[in-house]
Amino acid sequence: MAEASDLAGESLLELLAGFIVELRQAGLPVSLTENLDAMEAVQYIPLGDREAFKYALAATLVKNHSHWRAFETVFEVYFSLRGAEWSLDPDASDFVDPDEDQSQAPEGAGEGQQAQGGSGDSLTPEELAEMLYKSLMRGDQSMMRAMARQSVRRYAGMEPGRPVGGTYYLYRTMRNLNLEGMLERLMEQAQEDSPELLTPLEERLERDEYENRIESFKKEIESEIRRRLVADRGVEAMAKTLRKPLPEDIDFMHVSREEMVQLRKALQPLTRRLAIRLARKRKHGRKGALDFRNTVRHSLSYGGVPAEPKFKYPRPSKPEIFVIADISGSVAAFARFTLHLVYAISGQFSRVRSFVFIDGIDEVTRFFEGTDDILDAISRVNSEADVIWVDGHSDYGHAFEVFWERYGQDISSKTTVIILGDARNNYHASQNWVIKEIRNKARHVWWLNPEPKAYWDTGDSIVGEYATYCDGAFECRNLRQLERFVDNLV
Amino acid sequence: MTSQDPTNPSPFDAEPRFDSVEELRTALRNVDYLSDEGIAGIVYLADRLGKPILVEGPAGTGKTQLAKSVAEVLGARLIRLQCYEGLDESKALYEWNYKKQLLRIQATKSDTEGQNWDEIEDDIFSDEFLLERPLLEAIRATDPVVLLIDEVDRVEVETEALLLEILSDYQVSIPELGTITARQIPMVFLTSNNTRELSEALKRRCLYLHVDYPDMEREKEIVLTKVPGLTESLADQIARVVRSIRQLELKKAPSVSETIDWARTLVLLGVEQIDAETATGTVNILLKYQSDIQKVVKEFAAEQKSFSRGGILSPEA
Repeated sequence: MAEASDLAGESLLELLAGFIVELRQAGLPVSLTENLDAMEAVQYIPLGDREAFKYALAATLVKNHSHWRAFETVFEVYFSLRGAEWSLDPDASDFVDPDEDQSQAPEGAGEGQQAQGGSGDSLTPEELAEMLYKSLMRGDQSMMRAMARQSVRRYAGMEPGRPVGGTYYLYRTMRNLNLEGMLERLMEQAQEDSPELLTPLEERLERDEYENRIESFKKEIESEIRRRLVADRGVEAMAKTLRKPLPEDIDFMHVSREEMVQLRKALQPLTRRLAIRLARKRKHGRKGALDFRNTVRHSLSYGGVPAEPKFKYPRPSKPEIFVIADISGSVAAFARFTLHLVYAISGQFSRVRSFVFIDGIDEVTRFFEGTDDILDAISRVNSEADVIWVDGHSDYGHAFEVFWERYGQDISSKTTVIILGDARNNYHASQNWVIKEIRNKARHVWWLNPEPKAYWDTGDSIVGEYATYCDGAFECRNLRQLERFVDNLV
Repeated sequence: MTSQDPTNPSPFDAEPRFDSVEELRTALRNVDYLSDEGIAGIVYLADRLGKPILVEGPAGTGKTQLAKSVAEVLGARLIRLQCYEGLDESKALYEWNYKKQLLRIQATKSDTEGQNWDEIEDDIFSDEFLLERPLLEAIRATDPVVLLIDEVDRVEVETEALLLEILSDYQVSIPELGTITARQIPMVFLTSNNTRELSEALKRRCLYLHVDYPDMEREKEIVLTKVPGLTESLADQIARVVRSIRQLELKKAPSVSETIDWARTLVLLGVEQIDAETATGTVNILLKYQSDIQKVVKEFAAEQKSFSRGGILSPEA
């Protein structure tokens, strides 16, 4: 900005430096040159334009789309509206109209806000709900923003210095708003407005539209809460609380529902990438053996001198994969992701067979055969596989014993066996001789453990007993580690 | 803007091509490319900073088209390097015209015996025997050019290194000739479908632009611009149906170009209102996998009951 004094420039520089440090803390690889680029880029954009500022930083600092979310969170914390009006202290906020400061962010200057922001305090909850309903109905962005502000102020019950996370406030606000009821009401209204009965398709489109609006309303509430928390606790502290692992670093063992969605999104491109990479590697990895006939044939054009050696097309043998997965409680998510990944690249293997167990074991290959939809197959594994023998507590020993009895003869020297589990055996017998036997017959036996290595062999974990007979036991807590393992597998 | 980096040589001080983001956006709109503020803003920044843009995003969202449209706006020549596995220096940068060199040597032999070896060597490694490939061509061009390096993720990691010198310094080093520096900084676009991670070195040199599927409003505008004879209300419906389809978990979500194809089809069929029957009947234009088609047909026919489409991979065992 033209009027930006040196002082303002300096404080912006400081803020940017802090911002970049925080990005690095969050795991984004920001190099020095990128840092300098960002500093240069912001010179060319009007600083009053928050959106422009955001994409200028994003283009120079974030070079991987899966890091976008992390970037956005940090950005919101560092560069959101701030000032006394967001303070949680009631005395300070009571008589300040939050909209007065809108000039900082031209994006939000709508007339709907001016009307709602100040007078909102006198509304009854019913009136508030009614206004929210109307704003959702019309899809009025600025009104929705004002409603979000009002609901947070009223329902979240935020107190200065209280050490609870934003999710708690979000939950409190949402509980009072009953957005699900709101959606039903909107749908009913849509039904009434239409001259005839809505067809399922129309109904679906309407619903998607309203869900979208409610989703954006939720986002407004989140950012409102965040703004207030930032005002209360300061930027660094807030950024630290909000710091979330990047999708490839999310721990399988402690995955929240929201992270699960993220993980699934991250998994899809990852499998695609992996499949392409593996196929290429197979083709280009090395040359095959010398093709004698072909070489002699070509030697004729050099007067019988074999000047141009020809090689056979390489056909490395494809391994056969047996996946044996513990699907009890906490490790289930991990097993599912691994199965998903293995089947997504099953073209790289001559055959994939999968077995799941808790204390009983069942083959689930059949669910994956003849279906394109891996997710569907995995959900069927969860509901239909017969894995309970006695009480549904993990019993690796029994599961392995049964596995050996039933399927042991199918293991050949071409088979690679991958066992997934934390080896928390509930103090049952380990029966690790089975692994030893498998090892003798199979090409490789790998053990993947979703627990951090420090926890191995503590409590009822007996992964060490099994690992002695495996070719390797690996910690596999996140997508990054899983990807690396699968990459090396082929 | 006066704050150019003083260490950079003259071509870096070139006049900016665009005065403002808004102007660029309008210009792009005039050549039928509907950008959003982010896209236009990053192109604008790339020009100011003299940096290449790495464009990533799902297939069919207009990554290549962006480069073409910018070229059209600037009235510049588009030089395109299509990447593929096995692309090498001689296809991307330059090559010596071996046959011509050979002829030259033979010609020398026959007429003047006295010419010494050094002269011939200097001669055959001169400009005359150099075959320009796209990257060198872009560097040496005197007229305005836009360089498009398409699907850069298809080349091997080692080949990527070829691009680094060009992208950071806009120069090419040819051992026999020396370093050729750009006379002007061309606008450079690299596109990637993200089939593999590009190297850090490459990413560091570029501005990053992720082009995602457009939001509903923009998609509606896009089909309206691209498909003549489309009514506003039909365009609105098309955009809404496509958005709903993209929310499903599919093998391949419909791209913008597929949306446009679908809109064309509907116009040709004389459809004015999309009902479930038309939608399921023509959905094979949007989707290319049988399992996806089945899924969508099923979803569109089903009564909507639950508030949230529950995830299949729920966290409980």
